[in-house]
Amino acid sequence: MPTREEVFAKIKNALVEALGVEEDEVVPEATLVGDLGAESIDFLDIVFRLEKAFDIKIPRGELFPEDVLTNPQYVQDGKVTPAGLAELRRRMPFANLEKFEQNPVVQDFGNLLTVADMCRFVESKVEITD
Amino acid sequence: MRWYWIDRFIEFESGRYAKAIKNISLAEDHLHDHFPNFPLMPNSLVIEGLAQTGGLLVCEYRQFTEKVVLAKIPWAEFYCEAVPGDTLVYTTTIEYIKEEGAMIHATSHKGNTLHAEAEIVFAHLNDPRMGALFKPETFLQMMRLLGAFQVGRAADGSPLRPPAHLLQSEDVSYSDSKHSGKLT
Repeated sequence: MPTREEVFAKIKNALVEALGVEEDEVVPEATLVGDLGAESIDFLDIVFRLEKAFDIKIPRGELFPEDVLTNPQYVQDGKVTPAGLAELRRRMPFANLEKFEQNPVVQDFGNLLTVADMCRFVESKVEITD
Repeated sequence: MRWYWIDRFIEFESGRYAKAIKNISLAEDHLHDHFPNFPLMPNSLVIEGLAQTGGLLVCEYRQFTEKVVLAKIPWAEFYCEAVPGDTLVYTTTIEYIKEEGAMIHATSHKGNTLHAEAEIVFAHLNDPRMGALFKPETFLQMMRLLGAFQVGRAADGSPLRPPAHLLQSEDVSYSDSKHSGKLT
């Protein structure tokens, strides 16, 4: 069972390898898209590396529920509807959606996930020791 | 010019790894254009050859039903030059394969010398608006031309065989060409 520090170290390693960033850039508050320059295809690469590093399975759409953002039931005029926000909260308990909820423009969603969110996501899938 | 950057498969094990060779010849036009009077195999074309070796391996795993595209090269390193007369042996191993795509680890060797090494990520595109990137029978022709069915093994160790749907598609294509008087 890894500790929180070990989880962070493995995630840092995965992001350094997948995104070609420097180790000191991978801090908990860094956003994957805005700060670390991740593009959509990088999420596939990151998911591969997390699955391998932690021996876990990450089904499609679990880390980044793109299906919600392309579902007309949840998106109107380029913004996520209250029902869509509820769905995102249900699907992404690891992410802090407060800021996004103030102006839920779909285009801004990509820049939501931080390294800390990713740590919480992995911690929800592996047993952690303190 | 045909866009083949490998000459032949020498090993192919479904879902695991594939090995192909690329013989570099001074007769190849691009060697004279890349650095005039200093013929070197361009690294980008080595990457393409590695991607073709690994891409067909990934395509075959899903029986050529997915649109497999090179999505990303997380890293690649070249350790020495490759010149006319060299034979490069490309080895690609599937690191991971899932619904959305696959990642391979690839090496290029000149004899016992490691020439290059890379990781390559492929995406499976399943957007129907993309249409077909290749005619199904094209895969069959490529695999035959490259000798994959001569050396290939299925996951259970039996000889690698073409998927039935590709053979059917080839039959239909042949029959259509015959009736229209255009045999390709």
